[in-house]
Amino acid sequence: MTNIMTIKNLTVRFDALEALSSLDMEVASGSIVGLIGPNGAGKTTVFNVLSGFIRPHEGSISFHGKEIARLKPYKITSLGMSRTFQNIRLFGELSVIENVMIGFHLSYNSMFLGPLLSLFGYKKIEKEIYERAIMLLDRTGLLNLIDEKASVLPYGLQRKLEIVRAIATRPKLLLLDEPAAGMNPNEKEDLMKFITKLRDKLALTILLIEHDMHVVMKICDRITVLDYGEKIAEGSPQDIKNNQRVIEAYLGEAGVAES
Amino acid sequence: MNKEKLTNNAATILSLIAIFGFLVWANSYASPYVIQILNITAIYIILSTSYNLVNGVTGQFSLGPNAFMAIGAYTSALLTLTPLEKEITYIIEPIVSPLGEISLPFLPSLLIAGVTASIVAFLIAFPVFRVRGDYLAIVTLGFGEIVRVFATNAVSITNGSLGLKGIKQYTNLWWSWGWAVVTVFCLIGLVESSYGRAMKAIREDETAAQAMGINTFRYKMLAFIISAFFQGIGGGLLAHLLTTIDPKLFSFFLTFNLLIMVVAGGLGSMTGSVIGAVIFAWGFEILRWFEEPHKIGDISIPAIPGMRMVIFSLLLILIMLFFRRGITGRWEFSWDSLFNVLGRKIKLPKTS
Repeated sequence: MTNIMTIKNLTVRFDALEALSSLDMEVASGSIVGLIGPNGAGKTTVFNVLSGFIRPHEGSISFHGKEIARLKPYKITSLGMSRTFQNIRLFGELSVIENVMIGFHLSYNSMFLGPLLSLFGYKKIEKEIYERAIMLLDRTGLLNLIDEKASVLPYGLQRKLEIVRAIATRPKLLLLDEPAAGMNPNEKEDLMKFITKLRDKLALTILLIEHDMHVVMKICDRITVLDYGEKIAEGSPQDIKNNQRVIEAYLGEAGVAES
Repeated sequence: MNKEKLTNNAATILSLIAIFGFLVWANSYASPYVIQILNITAIYIILSTSYNLVNGVTGQFSLGPNAFMAIGAYTSALLTLTPLEKEITYIIEPIVSPLGEISLPFLPSLLIAGVTASIVAFLIAFPVFRVRGDYLAIVTLGFGEIVRVFATNAVSITNGSLGLKGIKQYTNLWWSWGWAVVTVFCLIGLVESSYGRAMKAIREDETAAQAMGINTFRYKMLAFIISAFFQGIGGGLLAHLLTTIDPKLFSFFLTFNLLIMVVAGGLGSMTGSVIGAVIFAWGFEILRWFEEPHKIGDISIPAIPGMRMVIFSLLLILIMLFFRRGITGRWEFSWDSLFNVLGRKIKLPKTS
């Protein structure tokens, strides 16, 4: 299998603190990769660097053969990488369908003078965007909510809508930051089915940060473990479960001794 | 679906005809005083809706529309004045050479005024949109002051603090309302397109907007430039309505008034901006009543100059207390919603 993304020697510093120290990582096309680690390990930093919100001090990120390490976020999204956020960032005052329609923006708005030139054509384009949004919402089971304001949705659905909105940008790689956070067991089961379905139906590659080990172990093909900004382990879920360093990082050495 | 669209278009055309009819009537029967306020109302609508594009729709708190209006007003006035008129007006220092000889009709002058304001907006967008929130407000406020100071001191271009006098009163009901209709239609078209949606996304959450692939700088700039164009036009119309302009006219107070219209009307709603502009233009005139002497029974109230400002402020406080998000909030007028309300009222007796 080919790699959709290769990260080499990625280093990020916040003043004296090294949030990421020379991380190397590979993401295989079509896989679901988990990124785990204790709080403050630098997982979200990895996401912020990949999606262009933080510029790395050293290192390179090759995505689909293109170097993206210092590009602007909108540029990276246009190359086919989309993300969700740990603290949900929907366009709260806008309706569900508008949120998704904004996701389709990339497929249509390329010209700066577009609104003036397409003054007559814009109704047609609007209709097309609307229909595509409806189709996507229908397939993801959110069709009955299209006119609701995004901020009034229950928590689980907000998370789902954020993922759907990210898909609307037609990504090849999807970054999910703690998709199962705050969900009850039922919602988590649904989410896992949803994520694997996305991968299979849309031929997506998914990189996800998650604290819920049950979710991670069940859906991930490979797992990378971070601690204090360093990669301490990598491998299949089974390898990770039995890895001594991972257990130490999560429980502390004392914890390991007790158990 | 298609039938709905047809009725909506018909309703739009009918209401435009109604406005046209009203203007024909006003033009021949209304007093000059009423005509003046109608003109001011239209100009306020142009200014408030275009200001709303930046402040309400895109969510960038700009305080610089007075600068763009000044640019528009001066540009158009300098272009319509004849060389002879300019020679008489510029008594301190003669006008610089190319400007002194040019004289154009009203429409090209207005368009050039709008374009000039847009070009300036494009240039200052680079420093302005490096900052956000309060800082952006301060930067644009500073820009407004710079333009005003420039107008006062560049005597050979603007005639300094004496201002320009004897501008022909080209602005009439047709010009002002014509532009108001054009402005509102263009802006509503923009806001309802995917460009407008990208602007709203920036207002709601700039980080998420970037993650959606929106080049936020470009869209903020686009909003700024389009807004400046219409503010330039509005300034030009105002100059040719008042016939004299000077730097004091374009002080921060003008921006402040626009801010009142937009916020009281409903930030982010074009309907709200139009309502805010109408209320502002007419409210000030209606409240004159409070400044006149009155006799109620045995009590005689003397004339109190400035009383209407007090009442107006009180009304604003009330609006903000009871309609925290302005009169309309984010709600936009549409024919569908009107028909729905009417339909319910007609159907109700049948069902009950």
